[in-house]
Amino acid sequence: MEEAGGKTMVIVEGRLTIDPVTRLEGHGKIDIFMDERGGVKNAYLQVPELRGFERFCVGRLIEDLPRITSNICGVCSPAHHLASVKAVDSLLGLEPTPTAAKLREMMHNGYMIADHILNFYFLSGPDFLVGVGEKPAERNILGVLKKYGEGVGRKVIEHRAYGQRIVEIVGGKAVHPVTGVPGGLSKPISEKERKEIEKMARSCVEFAEFTLQLYDEEVLKNADHRGLLVDEDFALTSYDAGLVDREGHVNLYDGDIKITAPDGSTYAKIRPEEYFDHVAEEIMEWTYVKFPYLRRVGWRGLTEAPENGVFRVGPLARLNVAKGMATSKAQREYERMVETFKRKPINNIFAYHWARLIELLYASERVLELSLDEEITDENVRNIPQESTLKEGFGVVEAARGLLLHWYKPTEDARVEAANFIPPTTCNNPAINISIRKAAGKILRGGAVDEASLNRIEVVMRAYDPCMACASHILGGGKVEVNLYSADGRLRRSVSI
Amino acid sequence: MSKLKVAVYWAAGCGGCDVGLLDVNEALLEVLKDIDIVFWPVAMDVKYKDLESLPNLDVAIVNGSIRNEENEHIVKLLRSKARTLVAFGSCACEGGTQGLANLGSKQDMLKTVYEETPTTGNPQAVKPSRVFKAPEGELYLPDILELNKPIESVAKVDYYVSGCPPPVKLILRLFQILTAGNAQGPKFYIGSDKSVCDECRRERVSKTVQSMNRLYRRALDPEKCFLEQGLLCMGPATRGGCGAKCVEANVPCGGCGGRLNVSDQGARMIGALGSILTTDEPISIGALEALKDPVGALYKYCFSSSLIGRGVRVGGGGR
Repeated sequence: MEEAGGKTMVIVEGRLTIDPVTRLEGHGKIDIFMDERGGVKNAYLQVPELRGFERFCVGRLIEDLPRITSNICGVCSPAHHLASVKAVDSLLGLEPTPTAAKLREMMHNGYMIADHILNFYFLSGPDFLVGVGEKPAERNILGVLKKYGEGVGRKVIEHRAYGQRIVEIVGGKAVHPVTGVPGGLSKPISEKERKEIEKMARSCVEFAEFTLQLYDEEVLKNADHRGLLVDEDFALTSYDAGLVDREGHVNLYDGDIKITAPDGSTYAKIRPEEYFDHVAEEIMEWTYVKFPYLRRVGWRGLTEAPENGVFRVGPLARLNVAKGMATSKAQREYERMVETFKRKPINNIFAYHWARLIELLYASERVLELSLDEEITDENVRNIPQESTLKEGFGVVEAARGLLLHWYKPTEDARVEAANFIPPTTCNNPAINISIRKAAGKILRGGAVDEASLNRIEVVMRAYDPCMACASHILGGGKVEVNLYSADGRLRRSVSI
Repeated sequence: MSKLKVAVYWAAGCGGCDVGLLDVNEALLEVLKDIDIVFWPVAMDVKYKDLESLPNLDVAIVNGSIRNEENEHIVKLLRSKARTLVAFGSCACEGGTQGLANLGSKQDMLKTVYEETPTTGNPQAVKPSRVFKAPEGELYLPDILELNKPIESVAKVDYYVSGCPPPVKLILRLFQILTAGNAQGPKFYIGSDKSVCDECRRERVSKTVQSMNRLYRRALDPEKCFLEQGLLCMGPATRGGCGAKCVEANVPCGGCGGRLNVSDQGARMIGALGSILTTDEPISIGALEALKDPVGALYKYCFSSSLIGRGVRVGGGGR
């Protein structure tokens, strides 16, 4: 066991508590129980937060929902805003105009650029770029800047800002965009804005390619990191779910929901309206977050597929269910990834990072494509609804972290009678818990614990990019608290390492 | 001058305020020359135990509202250590959108979320509980409070920066004020002293309107005042400083800048509506379609801190 992060100590018959799990959107806490031989008995990821959107959206006007529900998450606010406005469209039996649909997709891909950059350089990346066992004070964005120089740092900040700027131009605001209205958007974009977006998108394509090269050098050509990609303890057998376009390629804004089985076969291909036929949620008393699963496969607790209906969403799941990518450069990278693993679905959690960077390239190429579309500056960006009977509305998009669903049932006077939200981190909650248990068993074998080994457990969680509020390991120097309990549950010793 | 020791904590919120902080982009590198961030759980590997053992802080910046025991505990802890406490964003200042949950009870909320949504078949009515006896030991969750509350309901606030999230311009002004060490009066708002209307470039002609209509079936005129178009715009009752950004994007102001020199933002808006809704005939209920959900319309970000919201509050504590 390395000692980079501090002292090493041996834990037998006790409990390890990581509170709060840092760099996680919303609050999280991990409890790990050790047996008398220093093996891991069990581990739990608890999320101690609940704000109750399903309740307080009831009674609201349907057109207010895209702005209210954006507040579910400020990191993926464009995804919530767009899933919501799509649900309202569907409730009104309304389609956006062709230009509005393209602009919404553009906003969404701009968000994807910003968010994927955030994850790779600020959140999960430093574990690979700086080193997973490095001191916490170095294992962050400042450590990345120190290693690669300020030039790279400024490029990172600049391109994340480009993604945010694209959202702002189309959506009015970068965080909590506002232009999504039933039937389209509240405003078109000007030729000047189109040119600005085109220029930023070209630069983002280059930056995505640069980032993939960096990944190549630091992960694929590094024996330790490459080893993680084939380590069975970091694999998880699950179903996968994601949106695909008509050709079966990844689409982040719209399409059918495709679900594949652990052997790669198609389990189901459904419209958003059929989602509830396939997905149900279990509740556990020890966390506020629910546990979604495939209804027809069933729920057998925190165990793997195919017997259990656990499914995953997010970049890796999307690439697993799809035939490939709809843009040329991203497609080449996709093929390289599949050739490297020589299998599909790829089920190693660390492959999430690679898939995320392939999507960064795709999203950049897609914004560029859309910026060159001759309809993109058309001023017809909204269809106004005619009198119609309101029905249940389903809205689905791919948030950066995976499939996101909004569902509203309307009253006769176009208010909300009932609402349901299934965000991606909820979908991944069973998988994250299983992964943490498996990884803890391997990492803490023999009961030897230090700060770096506990970070390795958090690294497992970070692969899923659980909806994090913020960006950077701005500073480090953290400690980990270890509580030792005796068999009767009394606190025996508390040590900071 | 030694660097300011700053803690950043998000209580019950969406994380958008943290992204807002990051959106100052390169300027963040400049800001970091004058401050040391010593606690920022969302960004740094520092645990609650470390916060407890920290000596005093210069500044604590809190975003999010008080929704559970943990939020309340940490905010009180930060207040006890920090010379200056900043309520950052609409949730911290006014309770935020989740304040709308105060329309019902906590039990209603738990029942809807865990029993009534179409994906949760839950015949045994299982709900998360404070203490759970797992086979290996006990697991604890912080309890959800009866009501959602703004930060000032549990701790004295020195500076308020509203907005969802606060605009970059105001964030930079906040850091300028903090690093300059200027002591301000109580309840110092960082934002404009005028309303969003003051920053709005739209044309106002008649200053009257006959009805308030639903946005979902109306075309949006990009030049004319939204209120004069018969659409509810919170501009007159909302603190400016944002540059009327939403209105620039051709949607009405939602009110996230918070109240302006009054104790109740919605009541101020009702006053504004009273002065522009003028007809010779009595106004029918049908003409006020946009107000079918008055709380959602007038108190979208501030129900927790409103007079009517406070009227139903139990045990909220001193404001």
